[in-house]
Amino acid sequence: MSASILAVDDSASMRQMVSFTLKGAGYDVVEAADGVEALNIAKTRSVNLVITDVNMPNMDGITLIKELRGLPSYKFTPLLMLTTESGADKKQQGKAAGATGWIVKPFNPEQLLNTVKKVIS
Amino acid sequence: MSIDMAQFHQVFFEESFEGLDIMENGLLNMDPGEADPEEINSIFRAAHSIKGGSGTFGFSDVADFTHVMETLLDEMRDGRRAVTGEGVNVLLASVDVLRDMLTAAQDGGSADAQRVKAQRAELDRILANQSADSAAEAQAPDSDAQPLLDAEPVGWKIVFRPHQHLLRTGNDPLRIIRELAELGELEADCDISGLPAFAELEPEDSYLSWELRLHAAVDKAQIDDIFEWVEDDCDFAVIPVLPEGQPTQQAQQAAPASEAAEPAAELKLAEPAAERRSDSERRQGDRRKSAPAKASGGGASSIRVDTGKIDSLINMVGELVITQSMLGMLGDEFSMDKLARLREGLGQLERHTRELQESVMQIRMLPISFTFSRFPRLVHDLSQKLGKQIELKLSGENTEVDKTVIEKIGDPLVHLVRNSVDHGIETPADRVAAGKSETGTIHLSAEHRGGNIVIEITDDGKGLARDRILEKAIDRGLVRADDNLSDKQIYELIFQPGFSTAEQVSDVSGRGVGMDVVRRNINELGGAIEIDSQLGEGSTITIRLPLTLAILDGQSICVGEETYIVPLVSIIESIQVRDEMLSLVAGKGETFKLRDEYLPIVRLHEVFGIGDAKAENIRDGIIVVVEGGGRKCGLFVDDLLGQQQVVIKSLEANYGKVDGISGATILGDGSVALILDIPGLMRLATEGGGQRSGKLALTA
Repeated sequence: MSASILAVDDSASMRQMVSFTLKGAGYDVVEAADGVEALNIAKTRSVNLVITDVNMPNMDGITLIKELRGLPSYKFTPLLMLTTESGADKKQQGKAAGATGWIVKPFNPEQLLNTVKKVIS
Repeated sequence: MSIDMAQFHQVFFEESFEGLDIMENGLLNMDPGEADPEEINSIFRAAHSIKGGSGTFGFSDVADFTHVMETLLDEMRDGRRAVTGEGVNVLLASVDVLRDMLTAAQDGGSADAQRVKAQRAELDRILANQSADSAAEAQAPDSDAQPLLDAEPVGWKIVFRPHQHLLRTGNDPLRIIRELAELGELEADCDISGLPAFAELEPEDSYLSWELRLHAAVDKAQIDDIFEWVEDDCDFAVIPVLPEGQPTQQAQQAAPASEAAEPAAELKLAEPAAERRSDSERRQGDRRKSAPAKASGGGASSIRVDTGKIDSLINMVGELVITQSMLGMLGDEFSMDKLARLREGLGQLERHTRELQESVMQIRMLPISFTFSRFPRLVHDLSQKLGKQIELKLSGENTEVDKTVIEKIGDPLVHLVRNSVDHGIETPADRVAAGKSETGTIHLSAEHRGGNIVIEITDDGKGLARDRILEKAIDRGLVRADDNLSDKQIYELIFQPGFSTAEQVSDVSGRGVGMDVVRRNINELGGAIEIDSQLGEGSTITIRLPLTLAILDGQSICVGEETYIVPLVSIIESIQVRDEMLSLVAGKGETFKLRDEYLPIVRLHEVFGIGDAKAENIRDGIIVVVEGGGRKCGLFVDDLLGQQQVVIKSLEANYGKVDGISGATILGDGSVALILDIPGLMRLATEGGGQRSGKLALTA
């Protein structure tokens, strides 16, 4: 069974790119447009990795990470944030909320896949 | 593996343009005194998305420009910067520039570099007007914190002690160690001294630590990278192993203790290294500045459809299939006793087909807010420019209209609204002098009314100057001084080409090339436009458009053996004319009197050369009073058949352009009926028939 990834971003083009890239590498991908959608999905199924943007309506990425850590099945799941290089304090906030790490935007498909490989063996 | 990013560009552009609209609306609605934080946040998010996407998909000039906007918005949303009118205006102008840049990127061209630079300077200027902490953008610190080594290290000694909670961040020491192992030969010694007694062991905590020796001549940066995510959740020290095999003096002091200054310094090094890496990646991205993808939006245009509409379509097709198979079964072994069921089945077929037709037409329908959305900005900018105070009210933005209408009604509406702003609404001083409030109101509304879309533009300005218009029209020979024209007819004169009573032709409007084009555009959409006005009180422009362009509500008429369709929207009424109503007017041919107007009669059988027309005498036929192109006339036909919806088939595509005919349709019996183009028909009739029909009038 292939590993599954939850990709969360309010930008449809980003979601498409991430989804396409990961699916092409054999991962199973679920998409969500904001934190609320993502949390609902997470409550009904488990994934091996969550990649989330930070700035989203309804529930931002950092809050999402905090909420996910509160779910028993997501205690140790790798949760990655998509941040821009100028968001040094966002990284801190993310870590405080329980994020595993981050991917810096803009990124290309190679970087995405390499990072994903780091956390899903 | 290389992935062609171009496939995502179309979506990126669509959502970016939407984002720009969100930004623009948000900025327009922003009250500099008390800005709603959530509003600023949504404007920020829109900019942030555009920045992220443009960076990801290779449009780095867009990304760079948007980055500056984003910085400014970030400060505003954090409260580090007050929201000022000036800031809002600079951001609004930047949105315009950004729109140009995105359009250029989409078309594969390049934006006006001067303009971009100038606007960028404006943004920088605003940003600079604040304390240093906002200027302290996280540009990577220049500190070259890499310790200077005497020689190149041949390996590294790494001490790694995860903090107890490290696993809860979703990180795993094993993964980190494996990553290190990818860099070269790795030896690992595990220190289990931190393990508590089994009874106190928390399975979710980490108690182990490692001393690792990496036999590889790699950059320290690569090792720091691996620890980047966990640097706050562990103690780690990275000590170079020099060729002589001895760690440096400096490193010797870095005992695998947790809080020693060395590891702390090492830890700090990880951060600038990480920053530098992302910085250099960014620079690389700039160098790799790919040519923007060619406009993938060139050929196919797309439309967003509510999935609910699609779902109901699928349901309906399902019903249709059921009905069809039921009829099929009936037909397989039909006998007369099944006639009732056949009829019932056919009735169902008709219902389902009609429902399906209505639903499909719905798909091309979009709320007219798409067109209306540009007006707040337009009115805002224009009224500022002209020193007037104008409030724009919108209503009925949710009214759904065919996509083509949305696209084509925009320009005419812009012209009309500009007229209202420029010529309609007076300056605050004039308004007060006239006893009105300082702020004028323009009301733009849309609604479904009787099978049509009705769009109204109402203003409470000074109204149309009836007398001046009449004067000008007489001047130009459009009407004669003694033509007794009603007010409405006088206002209609504005639609004549070249007509403008504006004293000064401003660059906004008043050049007189607008209104006739507006009317023509609306006629091309199958609609009609009217003006009403009260001097000193204001004007109302009413535009009627058909609900859909592919299907027409029509009145079938027959002339001889031919059936024609007259668009219902053009019909005023149909009457049977009595002799007393007829008269012959010099130069105008046959006319008939309708209430207090004399309208010309157009004998269709003459215009179209139909030989076997049944009614020669006006008395025996029917007159269908129609209007088009601002004029009215009566079509003389043999009889009225029914009213029905017809599907418009293009005559041009299948045959050629014919004056007076706008299209064709196939009737239920398979025959072809031509659809009349009323304005064109009237033109034909006046050119051809004026004198000729005269002699046929009133013969008994």
